[in-house]
Amino acid sequence: MAAENTIVLYGIYNDEEDLKGAVKAANAAHLDIMDVFTPFPVHGLDPLLGLKESRLHYLGFIYGAIGASFGFLAMTWIFVSDWPTMYGGKPYWSVPAFIPITFEMTVLFAAWGMTITFYTICGMWPGVKAKMLDHRTTDDKFCLAFDVTSASDSAVENLKGFFLNTQAEEVNVKMM
Amino acid sequence: MSQPVAAVRHILIEGNKSYHNITEDLCSPTEKTPSREWIIAFSLASVLLGLYIFAIVWTVWKGIGEWGANRSINWAWDITNFVWWIGIGHAGTLISAILLLFRQRWRTGVNRAAEAMTIFAVICAGQFPIFHMGRVWLAFFIMPFPNTRGPIWTNFNSPLLWDVFAISTYFSVSLLFWYTGLVPDLATVRDRAKGFRRKMYETFSFGWTGSAKHWQRWEALSLVLAGISTPLVLSVHTIVSFDFATSVIPGWHTTIFPPYFVAGAVFSGFAMVQTLMVITRKVLKLEQYITINHVESMNKVIVLTGTIVGVAYLTELFIAWYSGYIYEQFAFYNRVFGIYWWAYFGMMFCNVISPQVFWSRKIRRSIWWTFFISIVINVGMWFERFVIIATTLARDFLPSSWSYYRPTWVEISIFIGTIGLFFFCYLIFCRVAPVVAIAEVKAILKVAGDQYIGPNAKYGQGNKVNQEH
Repeated sequence: MAAENTIVLYGIYNDEEDLKGAVKAANAAHLDIMDVFTPFPVHGLDPLLGLKESRLHYLGFIYGAIGASFGFLAMTWIFVSDWPTMYGGKPYWSVPAFIPITFEMTVLFAAWGMTITFYTICGMWPGVKAKMLDHRTTDDKFCLAFDVTSASDSAVENLKGFFLNTQAEEVNVKMM
Repeated sequence: MSQPVAAVRHILIEGNKSYHNITEDLCSPTEKTPSREWIIAFSLASVLLGLYIFAIVWTVWKGIGEWGANRSINWAWDITNFVWWIGIGHAGTLISAILLLFRQRWRTGVNRAAEAMTIFAVICAGQFPIFHMGRVWLAFFIMPFPNTRGPIWTNFNSPLLWDVFAISTYFSVSLLFWYTGLVPDLATVRDRAKGFRRKMYETFSFGWTGSAKHWQRWEALSLVLAGISTPLVLSVHTIVSFDFATSVIPGWHTTIFPPYFVAGAVFSGFAMVQTLMVITRKVLKLEQYITINHVESMNKVIVLTGTIVGVAYLTELFIAWYSGYIYEQFAFYNRVFGIYWWAYFGMMFCNVISPQVFWSRKIRRSIWWTFFISIVINVGMWFERFVIIATTLARDFLPSSWSYYRPTWVEISIFIGTIGLFFFCYLIFCRVAPVVAIAEVKAILKVAGDQYIGPNAKYGQGNKVNQEH
């Protein structure tokens, strides 16, 4: 996430293919991309941006394992030790009957854990004000942004030239 | 393309849409003043919701004795409605989760509305067992928590408690899945809105920006939620069927119930999706996004699941005969030719025979036929649950306790009232959120838009994609 008072130079593209072309060109010119904003997930963009695969699903597995253990162990403790009750002549520790609830707890913990983690690591929550560079990027525009807070004038000129060469529709500067 | 995709490509977005057109078309129902149709429908739903509240207050005030359920037919209209609504909910998860895993692109046109349908249907379903408890203010007893009553814990061996866990998990996971999918689209609405609406959508969109890393995580989350929702949805109706199958009542105590219930749930759910979509696409003018190809795909699912259900009905009868066990044979003879024979033949006609018309491509692609058959299936699937529940209990072990069940006005009002509750929620949803997933439709535009594929394609890219297969 960008710190306070970041100056951002960004270009707006009309099509995801133009954006991908621009990202490739930026990589070739060794420019340091701050972020890319798109109205929908553009496939093939992540490797170009050097984004590693999300590790969210590993966490999902861990949350699920916690849910499964919690559900199973809670039922075991309740039925074997806290208040053993005989139901229909079955053993106190009737494992097959615990399977459905154990499964549901696995799913419940995995889903909630992952979703809460997703919103937390993305810094999203009710009341968070979106730091939008351009409001059209949730509609039909694709935005490529560079952090130019500490960039020299010549570097900024260089970036503007880059946007011109990659068919950016507009180039703007914004304080965040 | 590295991902596995269907070789046959249908046009799923018609009308030469640009990304901006998609935003305009799909956001506009939330921005315009409500149409006359919407106001009429909403008023009607509100009246039915009022009826629901009245009947529930009546039930709670006077007690369960106001229902027609009696000493031997202790599960009747209420559990029939419960299973009916839960089944309807299943199509939403099937469309959003299973079709995502299978990379079926046509899901993007209908997934949002179908998931909303799931959530509202589960809310309606939950009403019945909760109010059937009688002393509803003690409903929290179904949750296991340390208490001063012993502690008395719930019975973890009971399928009824499994149901509590299954349905509450199903509801909350469906809600997460639906809402997380909705967040980017709420951001789209936010960025077009002004004043108070903007403030509202700022809150509900959680500060979404559309950053590449966020999209990546969003897709990862959606995929895993789809992966775990798939066994979840199968488990929910399996456990609902356990409510019957683990009992010792002839006619209920059968191992065929789990797959039979799940197929029936998907079948009835798709019928309800069709009912809703046929109306929604017309009223909100979304025919170019929920195309006749979408309708046809869903009708194919209906003819498949309807046939599975038909095979299950016949298998039940065959196994009852083949068992050579007279009590089992009687249960099924009674189901077909007993006091509720009309419900059985209604079920057979509506669920097994009527969907067979969808073998014809012309009928599959007819809006009027689709709407008509979808209503017939909704009715038929209600009969199925009634047949299983009421017919079986009306002729139990002791002929001296055989009886007949008739619903009272209170039960009928609660059922009709939940339809009001359902449409009340659905109509509000249509006004506040995009009914079609905007971002997901944009993402498939270049592989399913009519300017890229099909006979009138103008651009080369789609053609190139076509030639790969």
